[in-house]
Amino acid sequence: MSIVTVQLGQCGNQIGHEVFNAICSDVRGTHGLCSKKENESYRDACKERFFSEEESEVPVARAVLVDMEPKVISQTLSIAARSGYWKYDDRSHFCQKQGSGNNWANGYSVHGPRHKEIIMNLVQKEAEKCDRLGGFFTIMSMAGGTGSGLGAFVTQCLRDTFPTSFILNHVIWPYGTGEVIVQNYNSVLTLSHLYQSSDALLVHENDVIHKICAQLMNIKQISFRDVNQVIAHQLGSVFQPTYTAESGLHYSRNLLGIDWQVRPPCLGSSVPSSHSTNKPPHFNTSVANLVILRGKDMHSVDLGSFRDPSLYTSWLNPQDAFNVWKTPRAFNKYEKSASLVSNSQFLLKPLDNVVRKAWNMFASKAYIHQYTKFGIEEEDFLDSFTALEQVISSYTIL
Amino acid sequence: HLVSFQKGIYDEALSSFFRNVDTRSGDDGPDIYKGKICSLKARALLIDMEEGVVNEILQGPLRDLFDGKQLITDVSGSGNNWAVGHKLYGCQYRESIVEKLRKTAEHCDCLQCFFIIHSMGGGTGSGLGTFVLNLLEDEFPEVYRFVTSVYPSGEDDVITSPYNSVLAMKELNEHADCVLPIENESLFDIVNKIHQMINSGKLGSTVKQNSMVTSSAGSAKTVQEKPFDAMNNIVANLLLTLTSSARFEGSLNMDLNEISMNLVPFPRLHYLVSSLTPLYTLADVNVPSRRLDQMFSDAFSRDHQLIQADPKHSLYLACALLVRGNVQVSDLRRNIERLKPSLHFVSWNQEGWKTGLCSVPPVGHSHSLLALANNTCVKPTFIELKDRFMKLYKKKAHLHHYLHVDGMEQSCFSEAVSSLSDLIDEYDELDATKGGLRTDPSRLKIAV
Repeated sequence: MSIVTVQLGQCGNQIGHEVFNAICSDVRGTHGLCSKKENESYRDACKERFFSEEESEVPVARAVLVDMEPKVISQTLSIAARSGYWKYDDRSHFCQKQGSGNNWANGYSVHGPRHKEIIMNLVQKEAEKCDRLGGFFTIMSMAGGTGSGLGAFVTQCLRDTFPTSFILNHVIWPYGTGEVIVQNYNSVLTLSHLYQSSDALLVHENDVIHKICAQLMNIKQISFRDVNQVIAHQLGSVFQPTYTAESGLHYSRNLLGIDWQVRPPCLGSSVPSSHSTNKPPHFNTSVANLVILRGKDMHSVDLGSFRDPSLYTSWLNPQDAFNVWKTPRAFNKYEKSASLVSNSQFLLKPLDNVVRKAWNMFASKAYIHQYTKFGIEEEDFLDSFTALEQVISSYTIL
Repeated sequence: HLVSFQKGIYDEALSSFFRNVDTRSGDDGPDIYKGKICSLKARALLIDMEEGVVNEILQGPLRDLFDGKQLITDVSGSGNNWAVGHKLYGCQYRESIVEKLRKTAEHCDCLQCFFIIHSMGGGTGSGLGTFVLNLLEDEFPEVYRFVTSVYPSGEDDVITSPYNSVLAMKELNEHADCVLPIENESLFDIVNKIHQMINSGKLGSTVKQNSMVTSSAGSAKTVQEKPFDAMNNIVANLLLTLTSSARFEGSLNMDLNEISMNLVPFPRLHYLVSSLTPLYTLADVNVPSRRLDQMFSDAFSRDHQLIQADPKHSLYLACALLVRGNVQVSDLRRNIERLKPSLHFVSWNQEGWKTGLCSVPPVGHSHSLLALANNTCVKPTFIELKDRFMKLYKKKAHLHHYLHVDGMEQSCFSEAVSSLSDLIDEYDELDATKGGLRTDPSRLKIAV
């Protein structure tokens, strides 16, 4: 199964490049502490997933690069090609000159419709190169104008054009103390729109990754490159091939094949309470958890604690909510590594903060004229706020 | 920058400000879009109603940078009279200005922004300048209008400068996207500060050549600089840094339209106080983070601002920091965390920072910082301007020189001062919220 990556805006393109780098370097690396056959199987699965083999000797990333200004894409293309190990398709990109000015409305209502055809043509071309299309992976930040606004529009287009494909949005949560002053507006508008078209939102918070760089990795002068490389490493550890319960002896072809179709019980029906409601206060309640183990000894790991009912909401059976994927093939030179992908109340606080700050600003009507100028009205803001308050509410009562 | 990098390739960065013209067949030659530099022509229009200054430029070392046809001059000047500049010359030269603007716009692949550079106190810059501002809005409504305005000081020798400035303010209020006010006093103080530093002879504190914010770094000039040159170079460096992220690569780009988007929360509140640091680079090579942090602290100090204002003791509506050179996101974050507690931000924008990181530093520096603040500290400047205006207006001093001009009426004056008063009121209202009790507005209630 192949994944087509859509890199949107400066952040999306910078991260996308690091992701392909990380994946490529993992595959090129040592034999991964497993048999040669295992390694080849892994490599083939990975290549099918992320790269296409073309006349050029170097694998070509299955990606579409989009930005409303030219500098980042031009850099990204050239740095990738210079590595000598992989490259992007020279034609698989689209950019303009002006940028989106950090304006979600500009990205969504102006650039989106204006360039829809060209962008979707590029996506279609990449999709056609795949023997079996698994889905789409979009990378964007919420704070700016292109990744957020144009990203939300493109996601909608993807959903319209490929109604049954899996769409995973990778969303970068900006620093709390600000990178862009209107970042909370842009975030609220992005999230509320993505919710309508996306299957899953995978989130990385800049503040959290920054802490990882500072405290766990001891980097003194942290650059965005450092941040992006940590993110890329984490994504690689999730997306590289694994064996799942269903895939048997072959590397699984499904990306994130978790059943996300959880539905909370309707009001009035009896809720099975097979355990007490006194949950340990330091756990965020989860809807679903996925653990991925790579490398040595992955069979002997005890994952019992992940099945503890107190981790999950009362209307879920831990057997349904918890999944494990494994591979003996080590990732990126780590003898053993484990990743956790979690759908839980973890994001409740950051989400609530963003909505609170955006609402605060909205109450004074600051900056609204910048959005109405491009066709996003106060009612659109209200719709977005309403949508997100509902999300917050749903997660709170888990 | 051009002179320092001898490779002479015409690239994206250069093309933002210059055309590359094949002048073998004369000045009207075709544009060359890539490859070696042939002849650079500034994408500029020079307007003056007297010839002295423009002629000097055209005979000076930079003469080849300006296309002889991108000029509009007259002989007698505007007599320090806004009405003459705006109404008389505006009317007379309208067509010519539009034609030359269109011509220069046609040479642009993608026109994003106009920079209008003028002074407020005189007649041409102030009057004709604001006329051109109006014109730009009519003819190119989608293109941003950034205005750099030099405001007159209290001891200005032009008696009518308050009239000219207030009349011009109304135009800036209504037609500019962003205004960067500059005061000569501040520029002068900065120049002095640098001289003191150079002449203090402190051990180990020799200032690196070409690293001063006042230097026309690497310029072709060998002529003795005149008094205003150092001051003007500060403004030139301001504009260079403002556009640096649009011209050079960086890990977090900040374009001009982003500046307008993030720093203008309400249409009329578009006056931005600017500061450039460091003023100079000392000759020692290594840059400990201590010095980097000092650069950030200085950006907020009153003596680094380009107008007489103290942002630290007033209210911030928004703040932007554009860093150039070897500065990373962690340096930015550390300094924002450090300085935030001592600054007052408006209740609805407590954490509102706009940041940009550009990898290429200015020539002669290893790093530099531009801070742009939408801050109520501009208010005193406007209040003083209004007071000086009223002093003259109450006595009807010199009014006849203005009313004399066709199209000029008393109502122009009363409307102008009224517009200024309204602006001051808006800043007053915001100041009143400073330090007050803040309760978050109640959130939307959702039916579960």
